[in-house]
Amino acid sequence: MFEAVAFYLFAFLTIAMFSITVMTSQALYALTALAAGMIFISAFFFILGADFLGAVQIIVYTGAVMALYAFGMMFFDTTRDVKEKKGNKFIIIGLSTLAAVMVVAIFTAPLISTNMTAFYPMIEGAGNTQTVGLVLFTKYLIPFEVAAVMLLVAMIAGIVLAGKKMDLSLTLMNAEEIVEIEEKDKKVLS
Amino acid sequence: MEIGLNHYLVLSTILFAIGLVGVMRRKNLLLLFFATEILLNSVNIAFAAISHYYGDLTGQMFAFFVIAIAASELAVGLGLLIVWYKRHGNIDLDTMTSMRG
Repeated sequence: MFEAVAFYLFAFLTIAMFSITVMTSQALYALTALAAGMIFISAFFFILGADFLGAVQIIVYTGAVMALYAFGMMFFDTTRDVKEKKGNKFIIIGLSTLAAVMVVAIFTAPLISTNMTAFYPMIEGAGNTQTVGLVLFTKYLIPFEVAAVMLLVAMIAGIVLAGKKMDLSLTLMNAEEIVEIEEKDKKVLS
Repeated sequence: MEIGLNHYLVLSTILFAIGLVGVMRRKNLLLLFFATEILLNSVNIAFAAISHYYGDLTGQMFAFFVIAIAASELAVGLGLLIVWYKRHGNIDLDTMTSMRG
């Protein structure tokens, strides 16, 4: 009973928040609605018994990703209204629904087959965090390490891309100064 | 009323459709990134639900890796966006047509 109430409440809230994210013309509203939707999604993980995944969702998405988006938005001109593509609405909604139904088909096709067994079954008497740790550091150790390397690469790429010439602003310079800097860069590189 | 796997899959479908509508109608690249986050999250819900209803931890593991990939994609993407914004002063998709033949 409580599960059903919680499910429908959070489903409604999540759909409403993500609709605001997609439909609003204010970038700031989109950001805050997205952050709220991420927290509501973590509620589903808690209902489903995936406690560790819910905590990771809150920490990574609303802690790290949203903070990064907020920092990124400080660079961009977000006060003006966002222009939208003037496309055919029926084509857009029809294609989206078709693709989403195909995603569900992809997920349900293996489930329909009757001889499906759990590959890494949940261990009785152990908490979710404990079982996640057991499986992650035995069966999924190499993907875990690869993900760590990938995050390191992404961090270095972010620093290199965003931190370049942080001390001078290319938007405030005129064209001659930018060309001059680029010429200097070419000489250094060659 | 019992909440089954189908409820979660339908919810995941609805969220995925919302994200796809966002991807197709947004012109600003930052808001396009928001829509991709919605797509990734909707798939995460489906993974977690299947993991729960089949007593298998593989779904949760894949959800973790999806979160890691989303975080790294965001870091690199925002870095590229900042570089583009410094050069051109906007992040609209329509202005990025320098490779049009």
